[in-house]
Amino acid sequence: MTTWGVIQFPGSCDERDAVLACSRAGEARLLWHAERDLAGVDAIVVPGGFSYGDYLRAGAIARFSEVMEAVAEFAAAGGPVLGICNGFQVLCEAGLLPGALLTNERLRFVCRQVEVEVVNAETPFTRECEPGERLSIPVKHQVGRYFAPPEELERLEREGRVVFRYAPGQNPNGSLGDIAGVANDAGNVVGLMPHPEHAVDPLTGSADGLKLFASAAKLAVA
Amino acid sequence: MLIRPKEGILDPQGKAVERALPALGFDDVSSVRIGRLVELEADSLERLPELCEKLLANPLIEDFEIQPVQAPSPDA
Repeated sequence: MTTWGVIQFPGSCDERDAVLACSRAGEARLLWHAERDLAGVDAIVVPGGFSYGDYLRAGAIARFSEVMEAVAEFAAAGGPVLGICNGFQVLCEAGLLPGALLTNERLRFVCRQVEVEVVNAETPFTRECEPGERLSIPVKHQVGRYFAPPEELERLEREGRVVFRYAPGQNPNGSLGDIAGVANDAGNVVGLMPHPEHAVDPLTGSADGLKLFASAAKLAVA
Repeated sequence: MLIRPKEGILDPQGKAVERALPALGFDDVSSVRIGRLVELEADSLERLPELCEKLLANPLIEDFEIQPVQAPSPDA
């Protein structure tokens, strides 16, 4: 069975839903930000929230926490890491993912269900999806406008590292290229602004988000 | 330290302020950009650029400038 580690920073707020989502695809435990030991987990989720109050820049302070050193080593060794929302911002700030997240184009906090297209179905978190498949997943953020310099953006597109894109007309924040999620060079680290962990039960509107967790669980067992 | 959004990066905050200015009669003000000011005390300037690059600014999206100000001497 896959063991998931869900990182918890002071100010995280989506770790409970992340643990619930992970426990549908294995077993999950919380890892406090001051931990240096990942306790042998098979996959990591860096969840959403407002780590360290989002002071300075979203994710800027969290990247210096003890646990992130261990996460960086885990990622370098090929371990699957999923960053969601604030977790995506933390991974970008830590240099584990390319680009940066800026304040939404319209300056507003957006909270709504969006259709997200799976562009790359070969990452550890998208293997259970079909390329081009649309997932119904909520977004809720104010700092989610994906940015990368033009040459970097072109490289990401060319190398298939754009993993998720907002469906046409549904870009909620002004992200370049409608990008909702990207992967690192090796493909084992994936970050996205939408919240798959909030879409794991039809009771709350959609269970599409489960596919991300099921993908990684299947990989870890294989 | 002055931290600014890099040139070419859309700064919606600056734009929102800019759009409000004509209503106040400031028709001749344009190109509003909003950044951050960080004040701190340090014995040496030597490592401050590193501090900016690693934490205070994100070099991908922000430029920084360090403006040293001499502290008043204790006997002044």
